Amino acid sequence: MTPTKSGDAILSLNGVTLRFSGLVAVSGVTMSIPRGSIVGLIGPNGAGKTTAFNVITGFYKPTSGYVEFSRAPSESVRLTGLPPHKVCKAGIARTFQNIRLFNNGTAMQNVMVGAHLRQRGTWWMNMFSYAFPAAAREEREIASGAYSLLERLGLEKYADSPASSLPYGAQRRLEIARALATKPSFLLLDEPAAGMNPQESAELLDFIRRLRDEFSLSILLIEHDMKVVMGVCEHIWVLDQGELIADGAPNEIKANPRVIEAYLGKEAVAHA
Amino acid sequence: MSQPSENKNPARNKAMTLIALALFVSFLWWAQSHLDGYKIRIINLIAINAILGLSLNLIYGMAGMFSLGHAGFMAIGAYVSALLILTPEQKVAMWILDPIAPWLPGIHAPFIVSLIAAGLFAALFGCLIAMPVLRLGGDYLGIATLGFSEIIRILITNLTPITNGPLGLKGIPSHTSLWMSYGCLLVVLICMTRLMRSNFGNVLRAVRDDEIAAKTMGVNTFSTRVLAFTMGCFGAGVGGALMGNLITTIDPKMFMITQTYSLLMIVVVGGLGSITGSVVGSVLVTTMLEWLRFVENPVTVGSIQIPGVPGMRMVIFSVLLIVIIIFRRDGIMGMNEFSWDRFFSFCGRALKERGAS
Ligand SMILES: Nc1ncnc2c1ncn2[C@@H]1O[C@H](COP(=O)(O)OP(=O)(O)OP(=O)(O)O)[C@@H](O)[C@H]1O
Ligand SMILES: [Mg+2]
Repeated sequence: MTPTKSGDAILSLNGVTLRFSGLVAVSGVTMSIPRGSIVGLIGPNGAGKTTAFNVITGFYKPTSGYVEFSRAPSESVRLTGLPPHKVCKAGIARTFQNIRLFNNGTAMQNVMVGAHLRQRGTWWMNMFSYAFPAAAREEREIASGAYSLLERLGLEKYADSPASSLPYGAQRRLEIARALATKPSFLLLDEPAAGMNPQESAELLDFIRRLRDEFSLSILLIEHDMKVVMGVCEHIWVLDQGELIADGAPNEIKANPRVIEAYLGKEAVAHA
Repeated sequence: MSQPSENKNPARNKAMTLIALALFVSFLWWAQSHLDGYKIRIINLIAINAILGLSLNLIYGMAGMFSLGHAGFMAIGAYVSALLILTPEQKVAMWILDPIAPWLPGIHAPFIVSLIAAGLFAALFGCLIAMPVLRLGGDYLGIATLGFSEIIRILITNLTPITNGPLGLKGIPSHTSLWMSYGCLLVVLICMTRLMRSNFGNVLRAVRDDEIAAKTMGVNTFSTRVLAFTMGCFGAGVGGALMGNLITTIDPKMFMITQTYSLLMIVVVGGLGSITGSVVGSVLVTTMLEWLRFVENPVTVGSIQIPGVPGMRMVIFSVLLIVIIIFRRDGIMGMNEFSWDRFFSFCGRALKERGAS
């Protein structure tokens, strides 16, 4: 375990490249995310943002380069090569661009699945719980923990409803609740504002900040809604056709001509 | 902090469960002394098929893995158990084609031990199959288990020193009374309900519903699937042992694909993923299969003689299965379970409607 190099980064990508047969989806991306920050990854459609998330969470192994994660300041693990469930265990949780809840389960059950990762009692202890009171207690704690997580995210009224029956915005929040149940220190949000109306996305700004503070997280989000990105991110990376073309504070990104050209286009010119 | 309660009236529900159980036990006690051997055998078969259906449901319904190998795992269980409880003299007398393996007559165990051994052997084979196949992803499991089931049957037919080949085993000492088969069913029901209500049950359903999301939530989907498959095979082994013991004769032809097929019907008719469903499915499918035997016998309608067609009941059953899949894909119970709360609210509504009209 080597100490982190540049400042206090919780996650760093070092020259990460991912090739899909012909197409280079992510090309030589190097970035380092400060602990405790909320940062954004933006770029036009097909820029490779979701693919970068999939590399970080272990669904794709990069063609070259590697990802390092440091859950606490003095420790660091190399994520590259770990399967997704181990990446999650290391302390990284995520949501999906297209919501992926366990649709046959209730909201409670969805959250409890997240808590399974750090559960010590095993299936046979739960089957014979009269003989294993500690495992039975742990099950009850997981249920009450899941319920209080739902409460903190304002979802308690849906506790016993099937996940698929929730309104869209609530489904997005439930996906976050489920991710939080794995007790992460780093949260990846893939387009959390997608499909939300202006009022909902305005509330999302506060919600994301609250998440960071209450759950002591660092957050990386992909987002197309510029109000959300500019409003909540402390630092932004811009991806275009797999390459990083800029990074900086929101104001710098807004003013960067390459970004305007590649991504923000006419909309930004009109703003200026 | 308030907790969501799935049990609205726990004291009443517990009492109702005990009353229902007592009624059922008195029914068994009555059946034992009043019904003829054929009917008792069918009632036994319902319990055994329920155990087998539940174990297949764990694999297919709860964990979402399509498996066609249940007959093979049943065969392993049936042979392991039978070989353990046959007496040395019986074994020595039975092998005519080939001499018996010299170590075999000396191995002997009580029935209950043989049941557990049957489950463990089937589970071991299940685990050995599942590990390499599930690495390739779930899609190949159906074909691989189908092939495995046939291989087992051919092995049993040809491993004459151990299995007595195509002649099979006869005169297996019978222990499968109503108490034995329903006792086993009760144990399986309790274990399975507790398992599916625990957080492991949530995880299993999560792996079935969305594998990618489950991985992202830190679930090792591979080992979860292998575990579920292995547990299901344990049930198949125990069920196979009980069935062999009930019939007291086993041979390789008993464990053809049609056996797996009837179990699939139980699971699909009852509802994939429903424990209650598998029990209901077993009652319906087992009695229907017996009742439909008449179509295989020659019948006389007026002056017309209709010759019996062997295998006809499976044809009729296949048609029924297709009808169910078209019109009620979720089966009788869907993914739901029986609960007293639902039962009483249903009765209440029915009564109110009658009062209104
Ligand atoms: N599994 C895959 N196989 C082949 N090509 C892929 C695969 N996944 C993504 N791609 C391609 O990689 C490129 C980057 O896709 P990605 O989904 O990462 O874009 P994105 O930045 O998330 O876009 P959006 O804003 O539309 O979500 C696209 O050209 C896409 O077609
Ligand atoms: Mg995307």
